[in-house]
Amino acid sequence: MDLIFASLEILARWDVVLALLVGSVGGVLIGAIPGVGPAVAIAILLPATFSMDPIVGLTVLLGIYGSSMYGGAIPAILINTPGTAVNALTTYDGFPMTARGEARRALSLAYSSSFFGGVFSVICLILFAPVLARIAPLFGSREIFLAALLGIILVVVAHRGQSLIAAALACFGIFLNTVGLEAVKYSKRYTFDQSFLSSGIDLIVVVLGLFALSQAFFLLQGEDEKTRITKLKGGLFQGLRELGRHPRVAGVSASFGVLMGMIPGVGEFTAQFLSYTYAQKSSKRPDDFGHGSSEGLIAAETSNNAVPAAAMVPLLALGIPGEALTAMMLSVFYVHNVVPGPQLFQNDMPFVVALYLALLILNVIVLVFLLFATNQLIKVVKIPNRFLGVCILTLSFVGVYSLRNSATDCIIAAVFGLIGFVLKRLSLPAVPIILGMVLGGIMEVKLRAGMARVKTPFDFIERPVSMILFLMILGVLFIHFRRVWLDRKELKQEKWSTKHSSTTFGAHLSRRRDYLLTERGKKLRAKRSMLSRRSTDKN
Amino acid sequence: MSTPEERRWVGRLQGQVIFAIAFVVFSLLLLSQIGDQTKWVKRTAFFAQPRFWPAVGLGGMVVFGALHFWRLPRRRVRRTDVIEARIWAQPLEYALWFMAYVLMVPVIGYLPVTMAFVPAMVWRMGYRSKKLLWAGAAFGAIVVVVFKAFLQVKIPGAMLYEYLPGALRSFFILNF
Repeated sequence: MDLIFASLEILARWDVVLALLVGSVGGVLIGAIPGVGPAVAIAILLPATFSMDPIVGLTVLLGIYGSSMYGGAIPAILINTPGTAVNALTTYDGFPMTARGEARRALSLAYSSSFFGGVFSVICLILFAPVLARIAPLFGSREIFLAALLGIILVVVAHRGQSLIAAALACFGIFLNTVGLEAVKYSKRYTFDQSFLSSGIDLIVVVLGLFALSQAFFLLQGEDEKTRITKLKGGLFQGLRELGRHPRVAGVSASFGVLMGMIPGVGEFTAQFLSYTYAQKSSKRPDDFGHGSSEGLIAAETSNNAVPAAAMVPLLALGIPGEALTAMMLSVFYVHNVVPGPQLFQNDMPFVVALYLALLILNVIVLVFLLFATNQLIKVVKIPNRFLGVCILTLSFVGVYSLRNSATDCIIAAVFGLIGFVLKRLSLPAVPIILGMVLGGIMEVKLRAGMARVKTPFDFIERPVSMILFLMILGVLFIHFRRVWLDRKELKQEKWSTKHSSTTFGAHLSRRRDYLLTERGKKLRAKRSMLSRRSTDKN
Repeated sequence: MSTPEERRWVGRLQGQVIFAIAFVVFSLLLLSQIGDQTKWVKRTAFFAQPRFWPAVGLGGMVVFGALHFWRLPRRRVRRTDVIEARIWAQPLEYALWFMAYVLMVPVIGYLPVTMAFVPAMVWRMGYRSKKLLWAGAAFGAIVVVVFKAFLQVKIPGAMLYEYLPGALRSFFILNF
């Protein structure tokens, strides 16, 4: 109880209260605008938060992170366009409900489920914090290195069907982190004798380029979409009652959200997938899923809102961010010389609990705001895409230029903006680059420190936690390779099943055409044309 | 007709070949410079060598990039790939707009440049309604007031502000 009071004392400041309000309302607004998303907003706001106290800055960013998914459900339900990427599953059941005239019910249910997910995860983690405080000190350099390695591997394998390029991009991130002056031996690495590369490539410049500028370019290059919004009439309180009729689905989905959020590199999508699959399998009406099922909507929204609080666990307890948003938040800690990790849990527990309480209060503010302001809020969906692109471009300037007032930083950010644009066009992930940069830096430091006390390779995994982490890495790799092997087998079967006489004949004709187009084929045709009858046509 | 590999491909296939080739070539070029751009320090453990992590990063980029290229459903450049690559060049114009904005702010001032830049960009994007142009200018002004005057982010006062009279000069340098 003393811990809770000490934490509340940290939050009882006018600037923290203001940060909570700005973060929560701003996050909902940002989430409600398709094409912006929390990553863009956090990237832009990062440098502005550096001048604030860590608790104030983190509250703003956490506010945006935690509340954007609430806002993202609005366009997902009303116009079938997810406001943030994690609201994609909400469209499955939310939009069909709107199509049959139940938009108000769908929105109300989405808000209630999100609220339940958010509050459930915060309460779980506040209760779990003392246990975590006991486990965290067991993590030394070797364990943190292995946990970071596990995080990077999980991020890579989570991109199913794209794991090779995700791995290549993660390695690109690791490489980017090494550019500049090496801190121990003071040798230059890949600076090409350019002074602007000596201090390295700033993470925030890369983040702003890959997330904010690339999104601006993407919106500016695209077309505006016409949207028709359904008018809402009546209150939005019925969802709370309806949620009460499905306690099992809500409880299991929130638990999946908490568990998946805590594992670095996994996050919302896996939590949603597991929750949705569970809800469908255990439902009395599984056929309704995808056609406006209230259980489906509850599963999707509860699980994704349970993730933000849980995602703070690896960040706060081990200093390892599990995804791009927490990686950005890590820089706020570093700027203020607050090092997240086991020490933070041991020495400054009230700060950790204060962050969780801020998330709890934030969920209440957001729910109240949405219950009364949804009708006004839905107008932001109408902002034209390209106008939005101009706005993001203008805001990106603040983010990049205010760091060091350097035009070179802006050039680097623009280059990464172009890279991010290409990745977006190809539907390739940018997150592995960021995590590669952050986790690569952690791995370099921790491996060097860990290897100093190691004589044989086995010493590295002799401690119980390091052994568990090592086995987890092996397990993840085994599961991944097994899945790749099964996919290949399935592909082979599909190829065989589509191979019949007509495709064989088609392949034969194709080979024949290729042969005729080769040099030898041309010669042969020329020779044969000598034997053929000459044309009598004078033209 | 698409092959089973093409059907199973996650994301856009057009342009993948060009991207994969460019990525591998870029990685190989960087890797070829590793001897020149990093040092091998004597009497230092292998894992603590300054060369170790750049080698891990670049080695991974080459190996996984090459594997990605090898696993592509098709490895020949088609016309659709070239069309896609041309689309990649389109945002260069916006990047130039952005850089022009960056270069003008320290000379003319954050407030005037932003209030001119946003409506100009809105115009360039094809919007002609007065409502949106005014909305652009208002947005520019709000951004400056919120970030520079309220949040006090580090954006230097413009050279042009130096010519303003007395108190107005310092007020503009501090807030706009």
